[in-house]
Amino acid sequence: MLTEIPILSLLIWVPLIGGFLVLFGPGDKQLVWSQRISFVISILIIFLSGWLLFLFDGSSGQMELVEFARWIPSLNINYSLGVDGIAVPLIVLTCFINLLVVIAAIGSIKFRRAQYFSATLVLTGLMNGVFVAQDAILFYVFWEAILIPMFLMIGVWGGANRIYATIKFFLFTFFGSIFMLVALIYMGSVIGSFNIADMQQMPLSMLEQTLIFTAFVAAFAVKIPMVPVHTWLPDAHVEAPTGGSVILAAIMLKMGGYGFLRFALPVTPDAASEYAWLLILFSLIAIAYIGFVALAQEDMKKLIAYSSIAHMGFVTLGTFIIFNLSSLDASSMALQGAMIQMISHGLISGAMFFSIGVLYDRVHSRNISDYGGVINSMPIFGALMMLFVLANAGLPGTSGFIGEFFVILSSFQADWRIALIAGTTLVLGAAYSLWLYKRVIFGKPLNDSIERLEDINIREKFILFSLAALIIALGIYPQPLIEIMQPSLEALLQLTDTKIAELNIEVAR
Amino acid sequence: MSIFSQLLIIAFAPLLGAIIAGFFGRRIGKKLTHRLTIGLVAISFILSLKIFLSHFYGDAEPFNQTLYHWASFANINIQIGFLMDSLAAMMIVVVTFVSLMVHIYSIGYMHDDNGYQRFFSYISLFTFSMLMLVMSNNFLQLFFGWEAVGVVSYLLIGFWFKKETAIFANMKAFLVNRVGDFGFLLGIGGILYLFGTLDYAPVFEKMQQAKVLQESAQGALTNGEIFKGEVSALAAVGLEKSFSPWDGIEWSAITFICICLFIGAMGKSAQVPLHVWLPDSMEGPTPISALIHAATMVTAGVFMVARMSPLFEFSETALAMVTVIGATTALFMGLVGIVQNDIKRIVAYSTLSQLGYMVVALGVSAYSAAVFHLFTHAFFKALLFLAAGSVIVAMHHEQDLRKMGGLRKQMPITYWTSVIGTLALIGTPFFAGFYSKDAIISAVSQADGWGSNYAYFAVMAGVVVTAMYSIRMLLLVFHGKPRMDEHTASHLQESPKVITYPLLLLAVPSLAIGWITAEPMLIGDYFSDAIFVLKEHDTMQHLSEIFGNAWAFALHGFVTPVFWLLLIGALTAWFVFAYKPQIAALSAKILMPIRKILQNKYYFDEFNQKVFAKGSVGLGKFFWRYGDKAIIDDGIVNGSASVVKRIANKARKLQTGYLYHYALVMLIGVVALVAYLFIRS
Repeated sequence: MLTEIPILSLLIWVPLIGGFLVLFGPGDKQLVWSQRISFVISILIIFLSGWLLFLFDGSSGQMELVEFARWIPSLNINYSLGVDGIAVPLIVLTCFINLLVVIAAIGSIKFRRAQYFSATLVLTGLMNGVFVAQDAILFYVFWEAILIPMFLMIGVWGGANRIYATIKFFLFTFFGSIFMLVALIYMGSVIGSFNIADMQQMPLSMLEQTLIFTAFVAAFAVKIPMVPVHTWLPDAHVEAPTGGSVILAAIMLKMGGYGFLRFALPVTPDAASEYAWLLILFSLIAIAYIGFVALAQEDMKKLIAYSSIAHMGFVTLGTFIIFNLSSLDASSMALQGAMIQMISHGLISGAMFFSIGVLYDRVHSRNISDYGGVINSMPIFGALMMLFVLANAGLPGTSGFIGEFFVILSSFQADWRIALIAGTTLVLGAAYSLWLYKRVIFGKPLNDSIERLEDINIREKFILFSLAALIIALGIYPQPLIEIMQPSLEALLQLTDTKIAELNIEVAR
Repeated sequence: MSIFSQLLIIAFAPLLGAIIAGFFGRRIGKKLTHRLTIGLVAISFILSLKIFLSHFYGDAEPFNQTLYHWASFANINIQIGFLMDSLAAMMIVVVTFVSLMVHIYSIGYMHDDNGYQRFFSYISLFTFSMLMLVMSNNFLQLFFGWEAVGVVSYLLIGFWFKKETAIFANMKAFLVNRVGDFGFLLGIGGILYLFGTLDYAPVFEKMQQAKVLQESAQGALTNGEIFKGEVSALAAVGLEKSFSPWDGIEWSAITFICICLFIGAMGKSAQVPLHVWLPDSMEGPTPISALIHAATMVTAGVFMVARMSPLFEFSETALAMVTVIGATTALFMGLVGIVQNDIKRIVAYSTLSQLGYMVVALGVSAYSAAVFHLFTHAFFKALLFLAAGSVIVAMHHEQDLRKMGGLRKQMPITYWTSVIGTLALIGTPFFAGFYSKDAIISAVSQADGWGSNYAYFAVMAGVVVTAMYSIRMLLLVFHGKPRMDEHTASHLQESPKVITYPLLLLAVPSLAIGWITAEPMLIGDYFSDAIFVLKEHDTMQHLSEIFGNAWAFALHGFVTPVFWLLLIGALTAWFVFAYKPQIAALSAKILMPIRKILQNKYYFDEFNQKVFAKGSVGLGKFFWRYGDKAIIDDGIVNGSASVVKRIANKARKLQTGYLYHYALVMLIGVVALVAYLFIRS
């Protein structure tokens, strides 16, 4: 009986409907109402995601818990949902981050709080939708719909220069996605189905693949983001409110990485293989070049935004290095690395942006030079931020290490020079992270107001300690996460390989 | 109790202490904090000693067991586990003993510090990390411990976080170490590439096969063909892969891996040119200088190379590099020690120089001599640091030698233990340092690899230099006329018992540990289950011929050139700095250019600061301004955006609110899509 409940639909619609409910509280008590409703909904979806973990088997590597309903029968567009080992961790991460964002908003959002809760919950529902949609059009609808609440979040609760940032954010991501829509419609109209699994099986000529792959790259590379289409991210982060930054960095960037794994690799493996060198090249540029750019930042949020781009470079590197690898061991390690890097970055970048939010709520500045010696008045916060900074620098024993470690090691199997360039993150990542920490946290208190700062309160403690616990737990024992993902990643590799082999046979004929 | 559970307790008892002291230290108070952490480290020490003795007197077999699978997928299986053999057994005794002494000492030294509990938490955490490093049975855990000790070192150098110099020094230490770790990680990548696993056991097994093959083939080969023999032995076990950085150049994979791993060791064990962080690390509290930056963490590199001896033995190139870098560090860092005036910095440069000795020994395949020097050095260098700390406390945190003098009267225990430490350091026969240093010098004299002549010169000259700076320090601190101000002079007194007892306890092994351990560790087969030497690299052979027993060898030590060099150094120091101080002033003037180079530490810091630190921030700014801002943003994005923006502005005028606007766009999109598909079909 319990297994028949449509858990995936619930994960989408509970937060979506909840997001509208919070707006309709009784007039005078609207704030309290919205707070309670959003809190209850957030807890509820945490349980739902836990339940999902419980129901999910994962040993087959195939889609599970599938749901199906006709949506636009004339076009064979369906409401089709399902999850595999690649989606499940991302959904759990989304639900978890959602709760933290809601809790953080109680303290730091001063106006239109109900609307803010609404935007957060709607975002969560839509992001879950992206990760569970098995119909390409449904996927696209969720994918684009996310822009609206995010746009509002930055536009309404953002900083001084928010209009520029929102427009840049919207145009970049919308521009990329249009091409994806065209590619999806093309494929759908050829095979008469928008089922993603059908698209993955679809035979495509090299020319078709190249065009479709280009469209996918346009969409996903902007989202993740890759150099040189990354410049929207620092602006969006700087202007976004804390929660917006957290959702953006922790979840939305992962949609790009997820897209590469769900679409680009299995649908167009030959084109991906052909142009893998280019994506590897841009990934390496992201790691090394952006590492230097991060070093030069004077604004805390910008620094972390650039650091996110560098870390996402490992996701794309791990994804595309598999075309230069011959053994299942090495390719699994590369994809595991890419996936773990996504999950881990979700936790660490979330923690970093929450930490900056904690400081911003107190000092109202993002400039590094307005800080110094924060640890004197905020020792608990200082200790937690130390952990996050070290995790950001990829310290073994934290989750930040695993993804980089796996990707560097598997790249070495392809070409040691790729590993050499990727390895520069060890030095650069440590340099910008620790230098930030030194300037902001260590030292004598810069001025009286810094000396009188209050240490983190119970809400902030809950947020930061729970992130810290997960970062360490994952770093010490990543095996459970690896086990959830491995069968699906192997299935993905198999699909990619068979398809490459098929085209080769066809070309040979 | 099984060995496995003993190992678990050894490693995790200090971690428990660290967690309790860190999270509940404030609540349980100072006394309970130090009692608890000391008790837990003591348990760890007693069990370590028990295991060490079972290897030393008994013949305990190497023990290798997995604790849990960290990551396992496809055919990759990365685990956390323990390898306990003679090498690890020796290391855990050193680590837990020095750690215990430093814990006790810190009760006195950190007495009034606000961060008392935090300090105990850190040093216990360090002990845990170091133990995980030395007890590891695989490369992942080795790297884990490697980085973890680095982090604790970072936290402890910056322990007084209000001090600008301290928080600069700790960042510098971490970053320089990260440069080394960068090499280390690539080396680990190479291991996975070449061996397909990250566990020690299969790696060493394969190298053992190569060794057997090579030695059996050697009978037929003449000396000149040894190198060929190596290559074919490696090829026979499938390890002949090579890397080509560019056309025409080929590096054997083993050499590549060994050099990468050694770069890691250079960072941690502070070898030129990655040594720059160690002198600055003296900004941290003195007990941690003794524990981390003298006795244990900095020797991790030496330990690692010794652990990897099966790999290094098959790369002449890597061994030559190790030899030359070690020799350079041994001599040139010692020279800097002569001109320093800060008591802690002298000991720091001395540590650099002694680490150089250990690394030279590694380079000439005298791994057991290197590790034995690590062992004796841990005791006498920890002793010297803690004695320096005792002096610093008595002098009210004055560290300048020029303001000390004549302290032996007020501080007899500190004085006599310092004398023992100094005599051990300079290699006086019968003291612990003598056995290890003479073994190294003997091994270097036997080596015939590339750079070994230079190394022999360096280690011999290093003896003079070591004697000079050590005796100079001893004389300037404890002898001569007092040069401190009235106030300090009137308060001078011997340190409390919590400080002097650790000094006494460390003085015992500094004096006597060589008598028992030198023979089995240097020429006996104590390390035979852990260290692996090819026959043609056996530079320890000569020593075992002349060694006899510990007493005979020490007596023989009085008639060797090494002893005369030592006397020359010591007497020069006495003559120049104590007997005729005007000569010191005169020679300082005559040797001004050299002195200036030494005082500026060969300008490494200036170079790094200007080129690497300023350079990379400058490069970052350049990239940001011209790459991100000028080309991408202003050129491509805002250029096209301004066009789009104009259109968007017009479109927006048609709508009242954002949501409407986007809903409409979406609707138009859907309609267009549906229309298109209808037309198509």
